[in-house]
Amino acid sequence: MSMEGYETVIGLEVHCELKTASKLFCGCRNAFGDAPNTNVCPVCLGLPGSLPVLNRHAVELAIRIGLALNCAVKPSNFHRKNYFYPDMPKDYQISQYDEPLNEGGSLELPDGTVIGITRAHMEEDTGKSTHLGSSGRIHGAENSLIDYNRSGVPLVEIVSEPDMRSGVQARAYAAELRAILMAVGATDGRLEEGSMRIDANVSVRKPGKPFGTRCEIKNLNSLRSLQRAIEYEAQRQVNLLEAGERIAQETRHWDEAAGRTGTMRSKEEAYDYRYFPEPDLVPLVPEEDWLAEIAASMPALPKQRRQNLLDLCGADDQATKDLVATVVDRDLDPLVIEATLAGAPAALALARAANELDATAGLPSGPSFARTVALEASGTLSATQAKAVLGVLATRPTDDPEAVAKELGFEQLSDDTLLTTIAAVLEANPEEWARYRDGDDKLAQFFIGKVMAATKGKANGKAVVAELVARRG
Amino acid sequence: MTTAIELAAAIKRGERSAVSVAEEAFAAISARDGEIHAFLSLGQDHAMEAAARVDAAVAQGAPLGPLAGVPVALKDNMCTKGWETTCASKILEGWKPPYDGTVVERLHAAGAIVVGKTNLDEFAMGSSTENSAFGPTRNPHDLTKVPGGSSGGSAAAVAAGFVPLSFGSDTGGSIRLPAAYCGTVGLKPSYGFISRYGLVAFASSLDQIGPFTTTVADAALSMEVVAGYDPKDATSINEAMPDFTGALSKGVEGLKVGVCADLLDGAAPDVARRVAEAAAVLEAAGATLVEVAVPELKLGLSAYYLLAPAEASSNLARYDGVRFGLREERDDVVAMNTATRTAGFGAEVKRRIMLGTYALSAGYYDAYYGKAQKTRTLILHALDRAYESVDVLLGATTPTTAFGFGDKVADPMSMYLSDLFTIPSNLAGHPAISVPFGTGDDAMPIGVQVLAPGKRDDLCLQVAAVLEAGAPR
Repeated sequence: MSMEGYETVIGLEVHCELKTASKLFCGCRNAFGDAPNTNVCPVCLGLPGSLPVLNRHAVELAIRIGLALNCAVKPSNFHRKNYFYPDMPKDYQISQYDEPLNEGGSLELPDGTVIGITRAHMEEDTGKSTHLGSSGRIHGAENSLIDYNRSGVPLVEIVSEPDMRSGVQARAYAAELRAILMAVGATDGRLEEGSMRIDANVSVRKPGKPFGTRCEIKNLNSLRSLQRAIEYEAQRQVNLLEAGERIAQETRHWDEAAGRTGTMRSKEEAYDYRYFPEPDLVPLVPEEDWLAEIAASMPALPKQRRQNLLDLCGADDQATKDLVATVVDRDLDPLVIEATLAGAPAALALARAANELDATAGLPSGPSFARTVALEASGTLSATQAKAVLGVLATRPTDDPEAVAKELGFEQLSDDTLLTTIAAVLEANPEEWARYRDGDDKLAQFFIGKVMAATKGKANGKAVVAELVARRG
Repeated sequence: MTTAIELAAAIKRGERSAVSVAEEAFAAISARDGEIHAFLSLGQDHAMEAAARVDAAVAQGAPLGPLAGVPVALKDNMCTKGWETTCASKILEGWKPPYDGTVVERLHAAGAIVVGKTNLDEFAMGSSTENSAFGPTRNPHDLTKVPGGSSGGSAAAVAAGFVPLSFGSDTGGSIRLPAAYCGTVGLKPSYGFISRYGLVAFASSLDQIGPFTTTVADAALSMEVVAGYDPKDATSINEAMPDFTGALSKGVEGLKVGVCADLLDGAAPDVARRVAEAAAVLEAAGATLVEVAVPELKLGLSAYYLLAPAEASSNLARYDGVRFGLREERDDVVAMNTATRTAGFGAEVKRRIMLGTYALSAGYYDAYYGKAQKTRTLILHALDRAYESVDVLLGATTPTTAFGFGDKVADPMSMYLSDLFTIPSNLAGHPAISVPFGTGDDAMPIGVQVLAPGKRDDLCLQVAAVLEAGAPR
């Protein structure tokens, strides 16, 4: 059955783990991957008599998130969210309820669509359970092991308005949000480590009709599963409606392997969280001076950085936009800007940064990158050679690109040698040369290939084309 | 009975050895605590070692803390490192905290010798110490009477002469009521003056640690040692403390004392008579008596019995059998939680957890918890208004003298009424002190209560010193 005649309505709740040195309410290390239960103390174990003390740096990161999402940053309060769960040591979670730190913002997608942000509030993370036994879930487990290292790690939950209309758009929102969170230094953005956890509220309706009954989907561990899960869930709901059935409001679990959602708990089983103000903490009222200081230190956000690059390239075609998005997403825009300011053509710097640089392998220094691009632009290095030089610079970032080129044997061909070689190639391939002369430009690639082969890659493709054009007359 | 100040001075001068003082304390406990049952556990080995260290310091002429060599008892809801802390509950039986609470640390630093942990109503919920899972404490003045509660063991330990100084916690009167019943001084300090870090929470917004002593001067000295800002408690007040000891000699000349009928309403005639005599003592010492009506105080009891259970229902959630204390093994986690809590908590604790859970439940929150919070604010404002015309308020600590075992167990409401006069200070976060002032018709001790505005614990001590000097012998 198709989705025809239906509109999908999506709101996302994104939990972002803050990249602080210590936890939200105690001095324990906030780190992923340490041996279980090594970063714990009376506070994050919820031992009797322990008390929470708010981590100021976590508040600062939360405020940065609020500012980046155009929220109003307000005096706020912590509440207790009460429910029993073994990996939650106090059997309540300290969270924000009706007075969140950040309220009422927006996020603009790269295509210009604006998604409303309801709120971005602070809360503490729980520990992590591992259930031994066949089910892999708490029910039916033979034993459960709990690691409290994550207990008390600071989180900001970013709640969007139900403004998204497709899985693709939800994915774009999550990607842009991730870029913003990383840009403000709030998180490392590692979805696979749980640094960002996404829940999706999905409903379907006929356009113009009131919202349908929504289901919340959990366990979305990648942007890809987010999109897939939403698309699956929307189709499931449409199928139910088309079959004359009703949608039950419930929480559903995304099964990545099976590619489907399944019931976790229904609305009837929903907890009564008995929220009330956390008496162990005082109201959180950020001082004006501090807020101003944070606002003044806000970094440029991805949207602004993309615009800066587009302006630099003087282009706004889709191909350039795609390259720009890649470069900003990988934080490579400073290299492109430096190369451009040093005189290299922006478009070439952009293309090389997007396609040849890989931070995990290592990045060239700014000057080395700029010089390499400049050498290619001037024809001293061919594209192939420039790429090879960048490959070496990954591990020797500050080396002189010209020295690297020499080391690789990329000595520039003398003009004489080039011209002689081209002449020989044309002579050996008269038929192709005739067709080229008659206007079949595609054959330029053929001749470049031949010249490259004859010169073992040392020729500059642009110089070859220039000579071909000159000879054609 | 030697006071803490006298003992510390004698030890400092080398007239007494700390070891002999500690030995005497343990001998007295061993002789009489079998019938009184003030203590749940003793720490003789550590105490004797600590006393020997004090003596060594005296011998070397090393600097001594203000309580060097003074035996001290702690209510068994204060965490002591490696020393069983039970809250008089089966659910915590055998639990040894891995840390010392801030008060315990400060007492150690001051040279105090912690001799034992005292009995209480389970989780400090009660007014008679009959709710201890380990049997009641008896009133040293009459073994057929209760010592009051919930800090009954701490009050009895001082009243019996086992120690000159003990600490309890006061959530709705749990220091002042047993102090009155046992004939000791009992101070509930301003909320935030003494760190709650390491105090096992009953109702976090109301709990406050305070001393039991035989003299007002010892209470002032105790405050010098344990009061003051603690970064581990977010509700701790970060301000200079008043001069507690300096207040003792100020007298009451020119002070306006509000004699408050609402702190006498329903008091037995012998109690009311003693309060009138106390007022006369203050007037004779130069104070001006002013009749003050604060009818809102009567509302305190109802508000308290919603707010305190609400917070308790959340604070006591962590006793779930997962991490520490009692665990009743079952096949799944929910059954284990339920069985553990069913077996581990006594009737009064269960009653309050249920009351509090109900008060916070969706649909009832506004009517119960919300309204109680408003009442709390009302009482605070009413007291603020009263303090515009008077410096302190004078009233009874309790409506009657100590009652007999079992007298009120069957009727929780009549037990709750014992806290009528003490609760307003907890709701307001204000200090209040109970001073022994003669006996009743049954020859049992009577306490009169001095209430002061927030952060004016010095005023409580100032007035209490005059009452102490003028008390009937």
